[in-house]
Amino acid sequence: MAHDTSFTNQDFKVVGTRVNRPDGVDKVTGRAKYGADLSAPGQLVGLFLRSPHAHARITKIDTSRAEKLSGVKAIITSADLPDLTGGRQIDVLENCMARDRALYDGHAVAAVAAIDQQTAKKALKLIKVSYEILPHVTDVDEAMKTSAPVIKDNIFTSGVDPKPKKPSNVSKVSEFGHGDIEAGFKAADVIIEKSYKTEQTHQGYIEPHACLATVGPDGAGELWVTTQGHYTYRTVCAALLGMDIAKLKVTSSEIGGGFGGKTHVWVEPIALALSRKANRPVKVVMTRDEVFRATGPTCSTSMDIKIGAKKDGTITAASSVLRYQNGAFPATWAMLGAMTSWACYDLKNVHSIGYDVLCNRPKTAAYRAPSAPMAAFGVESTMDLVAAEIGMNPVDFRIKNAAKEGTRASYGPTYGPIGIGPTLEAAKNHPHMRAKLGKNQGRGMACGFWFNFGGQTCTDLNIGSDGTVNLAIGTVDVGGARASMSLIAAEELGIPYEQVKAHVADTSSLGHNDTTEGSRGTFSSGMATIFAARDAIEELRKRAAKMWGIPLEAVEWAEGEARAVGSEHGNLPALSLADIAKRAASTGGPIAGHNEVVADGAGVSFASHICDIEVDPETGGTKVIRYTVIQDAGKAIHPDYVEGQFQGGAAQGIGWALNEEYIYGDDGRLQNSGFLDYRIPVCSDLPFIDTKILEIPNPNHPYGVRGVGETSIVPPLAAIGNALSNAAGVRMDHVPMSPPRILKAIEEANG
Amino acid sequence: MKVSLTGSLRSAAGGVDSIDIVAEDIRELLTKVLERYPRMEEHMDTGIAVSINGEIYRDNWGEKIPQDAEVFLLPRLQGG
Repeated sequence: MAHDTSFTNQDFKVVGTRVNRPDGVDKVTGRAKYGADLSAPGQLVGLFLRSPHAHARITKIDTSRAEKLSGVKAIITSADLPDLTGGRQIDVLENCMARDRALYDGHAVAAVAAIDQQTAKKALKLIKVSYEILPHVTDVDEAMKTSAPVIKDNIFTSGVDPKPKKPSNVSKVSEFGHGDIEAGFKAADVIIEKSYKTEQTHQGYIEPHACLATVGPDGAGELWVTTQGHYTYRTVCAALLGMDIAKLKVTSSEIGGGFGGKTHVWVEPIALALSRKANRPVKVVMTRDEVFRATGPTCSTSMDIKIGAKKDGTITAASSVLRYQNGAFPATWAMLGAMTSWACYDLKNVHSIGYDVLCNRPKTAAYRAPSAPMAAFGVESTMDLVAAEIGMNPVDFRIKNAAKEGTRASYGPTYGPIGIGPTLEAAKNHPHMRAKLGKNQGRGMACGFWFNFGGQTCTDLNIGSDGTVNLAIGTVDVGGARASMSLIAAEELGIPYEQVKAHVADTSSLGHNDTTEGSRGTFSSGMATIFAARDAIEELRKRAAKMWGIPLEAVEWAEGEARAVGSEHGNLPALSLADIAKRAASTGGPIAGHNEVVADGAGVSFASHICDIEVDPETGGTKVIRYTVIQDAGKAIHPDYVEGQFQGGAAQGIGWALNEEYIYGDDGRLQNSGFLDYRIPVCSDLPFIDTKILEIPNPNHPYGVRGVGETSIVPPLAAIGNALSNAAGVRMDHVPMSPPRILKAIEEANG
Repeated sequence: MKVSLTGSLRSAAGGVDSIDIVAEDIRELLTKVLERYPRMEEHMDTGIAVSINGEIYRDNWGEKIPQDAEVFLLPRLQGG
């Protein structure tokens, strides 16, 4: 049945309230089961042997001694993993297990399943790998040079005409924009041009990748795994291993953070392959060192930004040249950066070009609004420089040039109703802007944009005989999905929130659900839940009509009950949901509602952040004094969770801005693969992050919902850079803006 | 209707930034684009999204395209 997805501007009874989260007790008592928490009788321990070289040809792997070790039940190398996908997933397969070359420090070259950890470790030591070390490159600008070693000889730059004949580390060039950029710069009174760099960071989820894989001789298997998308994991693993999708049941555990890093498979196909070979369950839990070296951090970048403006503050031209390294496999992160660079602004002349570059680093993955934070660092830092040059308040400068409904976005299409203007006005009028600053303290602000997505979604709503409701959703709960979907179901049915119990269903129980990424969870699953509930209401009306013996047209549903209406039947006492459910067996059987939808029209979202920072001029040390996030949510289904997403994105952006970076040695090896030397913020590093939720409804969702989970990681890098500039009088152009870099900048400025 | 191309999709269409195509829905649009520009096949593998009046559609090829709509072909996008 087709449903109308248009915004209805209704009043809400439970949606928008701050109910208790349904997973709270499990999570604080330890009852919640994460990826490493499931075990099976007879299970084996799976461990990986990883390349100690950044780039090397694998000339021989001898597993014979390891195979003879008592307690070793299976060993897997690429010889056990033919490409069954006709090349379509060869990059995924090769990243899970190196084929003829190790492409980065930490690249898996073999895996072992043994009866215990000790035996598995001994076995790894007995595997002899012969390497021919090759030249490596880990810096994005170095990798673009013609003198750089070519990482993959089958990659020819796409997006250029004519198609190149020589392989290149530049896998893709993407251009966006409109207008006449040269004329625009000619018309400017002021032009600021600056280059920036951002180092590689990891999503930093506390829970490492872990899974329990079981494959039997009948070709059927089960996978318990921490993931953002168990259906996607099923599809990919089944394809790589030549299994039928329906015969691989994947269950999503509770997830201890993902942020994009758990949207791809890393060890899971190999765990399944080991289990199939050993005919026993295999459990794999990555160490933190492995997570840093061999999962999917985000890109390091370098970029050139140029803005031209008139003295009255009108931007006449803007351009960005972005270079993003994607690790050893082609991707399109620079393309995304080029699309998001200028999305906040209404520009007549704009151009952005993105170069996606390979190098000898791990295969990069999404990190919460992927690619946008880096581009925003360059753009928003330069915006402040232009504002200062023309003597304009930086907020007013942004308000003057902000995109609005009817603006042609820098990436092409025309915007509908959007929130950048309201977030800027809210920032300008926020009490934070008027708070006093002390010595060595400075204030900065920045804007951010993210797309938000929809996608394939499936939801089942089943009504128990006591009138309580089970809601099966396919969207992994990364930020409150179970609470939000329960609120939505309760709202639609007109029953208390406490009567709804949502759970994340395994892949055998529902149709395909896309991965929880792109801030799509509440938008997509929310839409499917609304329509599943309305489907159930139609069935409830039919059952009530049967129970009363009256026409269906005389039955309406309101406030959790069926009501007979009209002069003929209006005196019948109402039937509650529980009344109807109790008699379900005699009126047609179990009562349920169901919906499959490809949710689209998610709507873009914008944020403006304000940051106060204090700098110690003697050490370069920094302290974030105050931080405020203002973001458009469309409709906050559960405001606590929405605020939590704002705060989480800001916290991650702050860590990225001030401390986090992958440090590679001259040997191409990662030097800081642990939380001691890769410093993420802890509670004592941050002030309470203040939030303000704006609600500009999305016209393409019945409740007006927009995605919220990602946008708030976009502004912090520049908000902090701008605050630092005002605190210490130096403009930082290299993220992280760590104490040594700040101190060096201060010392250079002081001569 | 005028269908604007963005980014690397332009090179697959000989460098033009827009093409004229008649189509009632996204499926018909993409089928005709592929027929006219076989090089678009490489982008179909990585994915093409369609923006209709500013709203981005990644999957639903049944989505109708109003005759006077603003239509953009974009690379398929993903989040984290």
